[in-house]
Amino acid sequence: MAEVFNVLLVGVGGQGIVLSSDLLAEAAARTGLDVKKSEIHGMSRRGGPVFSHVRFGTEVHSAVIPNGAVDVILAMEPMELLRWASWAHPGAAACYLDAPILPVGVDGYPEGLDDELARLFGRLVRIRLAEIRRSVPLKVRNTALLGAASVFLPLAEDSFAAAIAALAPRGSAQANQEAFDIGRERAQAQVKEPMDVE
Amino acid sequence: MVRTRLLSGNEAVALGAWEAGVVVGCGYPGTPSTEILEALAGKPGVYTEWSVNEKVALEVGVGAALSGGRTLVTMKHVGVNVAADPLFTASYTGVRAGLVIVTADDPELHSSQNEQDNRNYAIAAKVPMLEPSDSEEARQFIKLAFELSEEFDTPVFLRMTTRLSHSKSLITPFDGDAPVRVEGPIRPGFVPDPRKYVMIPGHARARRVAVEQRMQRLIAAAETHPANRIEWPEGIDTTQPADFGVVTSGIPYSYVTEVAPQAPVLKLGLVHPLPRTMLRDFAARVSRLYVVEELDPVIETQLKAWGIECIGRDAFPGIGEFTPTIVAKGLGLPVAEQTLAPAIEAAVRRPGLCPGCPHDHVFAELRRKGFIVSGDIGCYSLGVLPPYQAMDTLLDMGASLTVAQGMDLVVPADQKGRIAAVIGDSTFAHSGITGLLNAVWNGRDGFYIVLDNGTTAMTGMQPNPLSGERMGRADAPSLDYALLAQAIHIPDGQLAMVDAYDTEAISTAIDQLAELSGVRLLVVLGLCLIEGQKLKRIEKLDLKKTVRRELVRHHPVGGAHG
Repeated sequence: MAEVFNVLLVGVGGQGIVLSSDLLAEAAARTGLDVKKSEIHGMSRRGGPVFSHVRFGTEVHSAVIPNGAVDVILAMEPMELLRWASWAHPGAAACYLDAPILPVGVDGYPEGLDDELARLFGRLVRIRLAEIRRSVPLKVRNTALLGAASVFLPLAEDSFAAAIAALAPRGSAQANQEAFDIGRERAQAQVKEPMDVE
Repeated sequence: MVRTRLLSGNEAVALGAWEAGVVVGCGYPGTPSTEILEALAGKPGVYTEWSVNEKVALEVGVGAALSGGRTLVTMKHVGVNVAADPLFTASYTGVRAGLVIVTADDPELHSSQNEQDNRNYAIAAKVPMLEPSDSEEARQFIKLAFELSEEFDTPVFLRMTTRLSHSKSLITPFDGDAPVRVEGPIRPGFVPDPRKYVMIPGHARARRVAVEQRMQRLIAAAETHPANRIEWPEGIDTTQPADFGVVTSGIPYSYVTEVAPQAPVLKLGLVHPLPRTMLRDFAARVSRLYVVEELDPVIETQLKAWGIECIGRDAFPGIGEFTPTIVAKGLGLPVAEQTLAPAIEAAVRRPGLCPGCPHDHVFAELRRKGFIVSGDIGCYSLGVLPPYQAMDTLLDMGASLTVAQGMDLVVPADQKGRIAAVIGDSTFAHSGITGLLNAVWNGRDGFYIVLDNGTTAMTGMQPNPLSGERMGRADAPSLDYALLAQAIHIPDGQLAMVDAYDTEAISTAIDQLAELSGVRLLVVLGLCLIEGQKLKRIEKLDLKKTVRRELVRHHPVGGAHG
């Protein structure tokens, strides 16, 4: 892996970005890597855009990702993926939950949004809400997306399981783990990594 | 006690304070400082409270420190303005046991009304200030701060910033399974010393001199303080001046080491007072000296006053937060050339009141009726944004009532009686009540609305003197609006309490009270939705709702109070 791996997790206030990023950071820490994460709490939680930077590697200095250095974006909403895309470098991967949450005063998203996202990200996983609506409860959809994003992350699957066991809110570890597994399966079905083809 | 070694800056401050034997922690909630006391609360051997405001918190802290207990007082940057009165004189009295004040500054104004740089307070109040760069340093620096406070008999600032408070990084593992607490060296007990603790002018003149002498000793100590260090990367020829070097501190240090790993760095952990000799000697070893500091040019100005050439504001902005990219550009280093470029513009998404928020109807009505709204600090400040656009001023905690009083003195007849002040419950207790008293005492006209949602919602649900709970959700007496109104002589018919979801009652109350003269107080009661979910989990929701229904029933519009 590169010296430092940079993941940006984005969504709308209340979608569980903070827990997802805690799980990711914990998984990296349990892998024995240096980790830093950064986010802003407070006013943004009230329906505004929410973001969290997670960086891991042998040694991490800044908790904030430099512009254009994002390797993977996890987005809980399509417009939020578009909003943060310019933080990523060409060749970055992304996964997003295709469940639009329209901002106040916006009647609909422009046509071609999904095509534009596909154009920007050569490696892209799109989780349609319909495919997980029944199997993944609302409260753990963030963890399903983390499972989906995990196919792009240089971390072992069991490090996520350990992080979930350690950090999931009381009584929700199993539901989170199941959501993670479903997300990961969906993503694996979508990406055809060269190593899978060989 | 700690499940993971990844801690936020705020959690690390709490851990370090606990390890250092802190016995009292107090403060007022304010982003980004709030999580410090929340992480400290409930730990063994320490009393924690949310105080009514920051001035109260610091005064409680001074009393505790003078009596021999290590004390931590936390607040956001603007909270120090409220606490400035005791701060400047506590510098004179000294502390006996360690007194550390955390100021959590907010470069970029993520959640604040201004972007003040509180390093200026350390200079003005003549107290030392430490500034960590990551969570482990926050944990260690709070211990250094207690030691500095006791050794030099002074309050000490620990400066955090939003990015530091809310970032997580790994801390050094504990020696065993759990952190170890070491009690402070001072024995509890108040030892009278009026010449030091009673600041009448005659005593204070002598202490004024003692403060200057202390500052001279601190300046000398800064040269060897363990929080300051020089990092000279390996492989650089030390016989020649380096191409450039950097003086920095706090979070910007992490950006410097990110983008310029080859640069010599003087990292300041003690940001006041500055180590003059150390800085001069470092400057002599580099061809160009950069100062990388967010907000005010505090270090740069001092260096230039000492005749040390450096580049600061000429290369770096003085407004807003830095990023690794901003620091790289300022140092003349390359930044990422290629980034993804979306062809579609992202839709604007603003924060807003939560769907179903109890403040919704009040703002809708105030806007519909065309009031000039004097606002205050809290979630409801979002009432300024669409769809409400129903707030005309917002200044500081408690200013809604008093700014409205000033407006009323000068506005022409057609605007008179069309001014309303809105304030939340926690803000009302913090510094709104004095404004209410001012209006009644001075025989003024004023229409004041308390939006009581039962909690300090904006900062994440902290109890306050109106919520019937204190720190840790223990039951507490709740201020009684009706008795308060009675005590300060607001007539019965000029006080009303309404349900936040009863749109008709709100509309009627506003119309009727707006017609009257004198001071009128309208209390709109509706539990915060997020707080309601939490109350439901701990089975307190029904009780709180009942209490509120009774208030509404007993204090209807028109004053037929039962």
